[in-house]
Amino acid sequence: MLRKRVIPCLDVTDGRVVKGVQFVDLVDEGDPIELAAQYAAGGADEVCLLDITASSDDRATMLDVVRRAAQNVFVPLTVGGGVRSVEDMRATLRAGADKVTLNSAALARPELINECAAEFGSQCVVLAIDAKRAGAAALWEVYTHGGRNPTGLDAVEWAAEGAARGAGELLVTSMDRDGTYDGYDIDLLRAMRAAVSVPVIASGGAGSIDDCVAALDEGLADAVLAASIFHRDEISVAVLKAGLADAGVAVRL
Amino acid sequence: MTRIALIDHGAGNLVSAARGLERCGARVTVVQSAAGLDVADGVVLPGVGTTGAAMARLHEQGLVAALEQWSKPLLGICVGLQLFFAASQEDDTRCLGFIEGEVARLPAAPLLPHIGWNDVELLDDPLFDGLGPSELFYFVHSYAPVPHDEAAVIGWAEYGSRFVAAARCGNRVGVQFHPERSGAAGLAVLANFVAGCKEARRAA
Repeated sequence: MLRKRVIPCLDVTDGRVVKGVQFVDLVDEGDPIELAAQYAAGGADEVCLLDITASSDDRATMLDVVRRAAQNVFVPLTVGGGVRSVEDMRATLRAGADKVTLNSAALARPELINECAAEFGSQCVVLAIDAKRAGAAALWEVYTHGGRNPTGLDAVEWAAEGAARGAGELLVTSMDRDGTYDGYDIDLLRAMRAAVSVPVIASGGAGSIDDCVAALDEGLADAVLAASIFHRDEISVAVLKAGLADAGVAVRL
Repeated sequence: MTRIALIDHGAGNLVSAARGLERCGARVTVVQSAAGLDVADGVVLPGVGTTGAAMARLHEQGLVAALEQWSKPLLGICVGLQLFFAASQEDDTRCLGFIEGEVARLPAAPLLPHIGWNDVELLDDPLFDGLGPSELFYFVHSYAPVPHDEAAVIGWAEYGSRFVAAARCGNRVGVQFHPERSGAAGLAVLANFVAGCKEARRAA
């Protein structure tokens, strides 16, 4: 049986883990190498490192973080932020990533998804989508560059296009819920699930075990990604997984 | 120290495979041609990517003949295992042909790629020494091998349908999952392979 995954996410800038609310007001949360090893040892099914300033800053620092994190993390490492070309993706994989997320660069030039999938296989190409509700209806708009720029694109349509171009997984972040502890955007997850047949990782809004159960059961997500609750030790990975198991979710204990 | 040659054919998981093997006490040398193989006690053929690209690289590197002649322990990981078979549906690729059978897209899978931790039923094999009859391992793939003879199978998994998670043919053994990314159980598999390489060297 395939188990549902719990994925702690480390947002990294200048070699440090930070976390904000709705993508702003960043607070230092610690050392990415230490945190990644701690989460892996604590039962994380995967660890995600996102370079949140990568679209504007130097990538060398991030590759060094990935290289050092990969030494001690024996669960999958998903890395993203600022990957603009097949060569960037190769460098990230060579630094020790198992999967690489594409975001702004794929929106600027969607063929990048096809090129990366052809070179490395769909299974290591993750399309990250930062989506924000557009009005009251079940419509979400895609944003780029760490949530700074609206694109006018429909998030669900973009997800379908990305999967058709070869993305093997979707990392769907609700910008409305990010860092708020208000729970995942279940409608967004369900809309994504209906639109694609690749795994969907839920992101943005986790505040409790119940929120994670809802994303996996009602939202039909394959994995839950969270940052704030883990960094601040509000809920440890082990406690969350035990709680999911109690709620009848098949997880790796 | 047990020396492992890790074949670099452009696969994505080269680094994590190297770190995992080192953690198990091996001295790892990354090789891009047959030149580095002679001093090794064992070879690891990793793989994340496509079988077509991997086979093309192995041909360019002159490694196809070298692997055919290699009689010491060989471990294939993911695409590395798939290359052991005669052919793959992926890119319609002719592979190494160590084991009779084909590599096919996972039938009846709820979603593809199959990504995540999946139970594996482990049969009796030295690669799984010290592990239970069922363990969780991390998978990332859309294809899996279908051997003509099930005697080659040493591990089964289920995702929509039953599929081959590990296979052996003499000193050539392979796993469809990623031991380098499967926590303690995965490291145990790598440690067993390294121990097997050491034993084979002593016996030689």
